[in-house]
Amino acid sequence: MMDILSFDFMQNALWASLLVSIICGVIGTLIVINRMVFIAGGIAHGSYGGIGLALYFGIAPMLGASLFALFLGAIIAYITHQNNARLDSLIGVLWAFGMALGIIMTDLTPGYNVDLMSYLFGAILSVAPEDLYGMSAVLVLVLAFAIVFYKQLLAMSFDAQFAKLRGINVTLLYVALVLMVALGVVIIIRAVGLILVIALLTIPPYIAEKFTNSVGGMMVASSLLSALFCTLGLYLSYRFNLSGGASIILVATTLFFLQLLYSRLTKA
Amino acid sequence: MQNDIQINHLYFSYDGATVLEDINLQYNTSEFLAIIGPNGGGKSTLLKMMIGLLEPERGEVLLFGEKPLHVSHEIAYVPQDTIANKDFPIKVMDVVLMGRLSKSKAFATYSKEDRAIALSMLEKVGMQGFENQKINTLSGGQRQRVFIARALACEAKIMFLDEPTASIDTAGQISMFKLLKSLNETVGIVIISHDINVALNYATKVVHINKTLFVHDVPKTQNFKVFENQNEHVCPVELISATRCNHFPKELA
Repeated sequence: MMDILSFDFMQNALWASLLVSIICGVIGTLIVINRMVFIAGGIAHGSYGGIGLALYFGIAPMLGASLFALFLGAIIAYITHQNNARLDSLIGVLWAFGMALGIIMTDLTPGYNVDLMSYLFGAILSVAPEDLYGMSAVLVLVLAFAIVFYKQLLAMSFDAQFAKLRGINVTLLYVALVLMVALGVVIIIRAVGLILVIALLTIPPYIAEKFTNSVGGMMVASSLLSALFCTLGLYLSYRFNLSGGASIILVATTLFFLQLLYSRLTKA
Repeated sequence: MQNDIQINHLYFSYDGATVLEDINLQYNTSEFLAIIGPNGGGKSTLLKMMIGLLEPERGEVLLFGEKPLHVSHEIAYVPQDTIANKDFPIKVMDVVLMGRLSKSKAFATYSKEDRAIALSMLEKVGMQGFENQKINTLSGGQRQRVFIARALACEAKIMFLDEPTASIDTAGQISMFKLLKSLNETVGIVIISHDINVALNYATKVVHINKTLFVHDVPKTQNFKVFENQNEHVCPVELISATRCNHFPKELA
């Protein structure tokens, strides 16, 4: 078992898992309690447009994806603020637009064939030290946001109207939250890919919500669960030579179904 | 003299359909105001405009002589059906503490004083001992009491409640209204109810809203106690015969 750790790429992958797990725990919890899963999905897929643009203009793909995700997040926050009853349809449009734009832009990029699969399903085993710095920076930002505005985030997530009447700038806080979600999502994509990002953002908080009685506790429990899924998934992918991101998600979904089964059985 | 709530010639419409038409109302905090009327008659819309969650289309709402959102620290709101997020992981105490948001420091945790106030408000609504329970383990009536404690923790001058008893049985409703009535000694109460019994038994002023507004003064001598006896038959026939309802302009009556 210890021989796994002798590989640099494995060490990097484990560090990445840990960083991603804490981001997932905090951001995923906020996504679940604010019922923003579809928003997160839209940003995750749409951000592929940023990859395409980045390749075309020759900048770092993850930087392109991050900027584009923030741009999509800003649009979504604006639409939400307008109280549009068709928010989900509009997010669906952005979702498709981003992916199509990404594919067209990579088509137009001369002589460069990007590895779409690594974006769709993640490339946690090829995470570079530079990626770890980026992940750490986002983690620090996300943690600072969640700690400094904990009271306000809690009040807004639970009852936004009440929070507004208590003098909280709910609009601004929501915009900040969507932007944090956008950044978090892009970072997690690096590890598990955009197709699977939603699972890692929702499964740990969903399970954690059942046995915690505070949002802070839910964030910690989700982070731990997420770290468990990631390390177990990584081990399985190494042991049986499987794709890393998909292994992580299969571990997570298996535990999710077991948990459902367990709560059904204990209720009956 | 300035009224605590002053509504002048208020109009509102959703997508071109008029919801409220020429609403005029005065209210002072010593009163227990019940807003009654049919579903879709505009009760919630009017309440939301009173506290500034909606802007009037025409006319004005003045809360203590100012725009409602400018004095939102002076009022408290108990919304209808708050628990849309049923499994939300939060303890009763943390819900009540939200009432302290505008009184506590923005980037610090709640102070000892905030906690003491929250606890005393839980006691006031008869929910002491529940502070560490998860909110989704409570019954509808208990949850509503917690939301009232949260509103009390705001230390506001007027409390606005949007159908607080919609999901509570009759016994629970009676104790809730008794609680509100006792609170009314120090705090103004403005309550929406689809239940005319409330208006008759507890309110000192009743307004009926169905696009337009009619004010009823509840006579002090009115003593209609059927509501408090659950086993007795209550139907609109008794209600109509028990009180003289006057929806006509005074000069015609």
